[in-house]
Amino acid sequence: MDKLLEVKNLTKVFSLGSISSRIRITATDDVSFYIKPAEIFTLAGESGCGKTTTAKMILGFEEPTAGAIIHKGKLRTKKEKVWFTEGIQAIFQDPFGTFNPLRTVDRYFFETIQNFKLAGNKKTAVELIDRKLKAVGLSYEEFAGKYPNEFSGGQLQRISIARSLLTDPTLLIADEPVSMVDASLRMSIVNLFKKLKEEFGMSVLYITHDLATAYYVSDRIAIMFRGNIVEMGTVEQVLMQPRHPYTQMLRDSIPEADPRRRWRGRVNLNETEREEYLKQGCRYAGRCPLVMDVCRQEVPADIQVDNVLVKCHNYSEGVIA
Amino acid sequence: MDKIILTTRQLKAFYLLDIHGRQKVVKAVNEVELEILENEIYGIAGESGCGKSTLLKTLAAVVEPPLRQLEGKVIYHINGEEVDVSTLGDEEMRRLRWEFVSYVPQGSMNVLNPVVKLKDTYHDFISSHVKGKSQEETFRMAKAYIAELGLPAEIMGAYPHQLSGGMRQRVTIALATLLRPKIIIADEPTTALDVIVQRGVMQLLKDIQQKLQNTIILVTHDMGVHANVADRIGIMYAGKIVEEAPTEKIFSQPLHPYTQFLINSLPKFGDKTPRQSVPGSPPSLADLPTGCPFHPRCPQVLDICKEQMPAYIAAAADHKVACWLVEEENGQAA
Repeated sequence: MDKLLEVKNLTKVFSLGSISSRIRITATDDVSFYIKPAEIFTLAGESGCGKTTTAKMILGFEEPTAGAIIHKGKLRTKKEKVWFTEGIQAIFQDPFGTFNPLRTVDRYFFETIQNFKLAGNKKTAVELIDRKLKAVGLSYEEFAGKYPNEFSGGQLQRISIARSLLTDPTLLIADEPVSMVDASLRMSIVNLFKKLKEEFGMSVLYITHDLATAYYVSDRIAIMFRGNIVEMGTVEQVLMQPRHPYTQMLRDSIPEADPRRRWRGRVNLNETEREEYLKQGCRYAGRCPLVMDVCRQEVPADIQVDNVLVKCHNYSEGVIA
Repeated sequence: MDKIILTTRQLKAFYLLDIHGRQKVVKAVNEVELEILENEIYGIAGESGCGKSTLLKTLAAVVEPPLRQLEGKVIYHINGEEVDVSTLGDEEMRRLRWEFVSYVPQGSMNVLNPVVKLKDTYHDFISSHVKGKSQEETFRMAKAYIAELGLPAEIMGAYPHQLSGGMRQRVTIALATLLRPKIIIADEPTTALDVIVQRGVMQLLKDIQQKLQNTIILVTHDMGVHANVADRIGIMYAGKIVEEAPTEKIFSQPLHPYTQFLINSLPKFGDKTPRQSVPGSPPSLADLPTGCPFHPRCPQVLDICKEQMPAYIAAAADHKVACWLVEEENGQAA
């Protein structure tokens, strides 16, 4: 099969304010992408760009306002919930918030096994847990009966990955999995995604704002800005030769661990998130250095440039980029 | 020669804990020797739990139980005079705060009082440090400073929740530097912020530093931020500074194996070669290994590493490192 998961025209609208002064924020606006089997796909962008909302809709925590989520050719509906959760598992940002501090971590594993009826007795359950923990570089002995505070953040994050592997999912959704983990231990998590892809043929939807690790692990990437995918393609194309002005800005702002390449130029930060969400036309127009009149009035179309999707008027026909 | 603004000598600050009658000593800052110059950005890097934040607390003289400064000194050089911070009384220290040394603690974007407008926060702050100013005068002072830093003037009439995290962080930094301190101590000022906002915050800190020609002591675990703004970097591990050098040298020729791991574990654009995390996890500061605290994780460990802590070796005039491997090489070369 070509597409493991496909998201089509996914839209989510949140209403804010009271009845008299209601505003509608389109948190994700007509988002479409697909993930191939054994592929790491990154959804990147700043906080408040809609990447977590997208993940929540795929996981069924939020009902989409419009659009479809298709997994292995099956449409996501309320009826298909269990089948979906078995195939799609998730890990989240804060490993300390994932686990209740008063429960031992192994109880979460036994619970998952029970919920999905993955083992007949305790012995096979322990074997299953041990096998999954080995896959993330831990073992049952060093883990059984311990509380979350006895592990480091990186270890806990690997434990949550091991738990998500119990159902043998085909897709792992990782929402900011390394932002709370120390920079020196991040690679152990990110390398694990590579291993899952290469050894088990799993796909990963990696949601992050850290473009350096995104470049390191992923195959394809989509850059989101205020609810829209503004650029999508292979990481080599999108991150090495960014085309959309926002991607260029984002790429330039990453502090590189190289003192010879320091930041040049300045950033402009004076618009608020809400102003940008409510903008007519291109939502990046207020900050864009290449802004034209048309940008303030019309929403740009998705344009294919050398197999990269770019949502920018600068690449429309008749305009020289 | 550049003037020194802050020195520490054999600084030891431990948390003394008493848990159900069992004594526990957390050695968070252990024999730290620093000499920080005027007009420089000094970066302190290391994993979480290595004592970075505690070091900053002792430098800012906000030592509160269970943290105690057991040995050593923190010395401020105020107008050529050496002042030992621990001998100062509360009132004297209060006067130094914000005028000589400013401390921007971790998560400081959440320090603003949520139920008053920012201009009132600014007024409270100024009137408690500068005597005899009317509300209008303090307001004008704050407004002028905000404009000088290029922040929008409307924020003075806003409540903290109306601003984004990045804006609150910049407002707090503006507040902390309003009285033009000689030293700004910033603890993880950009953690939990997005890259573009992070760049905005660092841009503000650098602007302030260039304007005031003062010193910033910057703690972050993000080596990328250090590479971008710091002049000199100290690498901290298990309560000790294990290597210190100018930024270029730390990145181009790191000597300590820990520093090498820290730098080599960072992914780079245009380079997809496999990278490894530092093996193992940092030691508990309450139960440090013998000898060099890094030896259980060090791939090049020698016998002597397990027994004795190495002394500082000057690899160059501005580059010092505490590692037996470097000692060994130097010994053979000599």
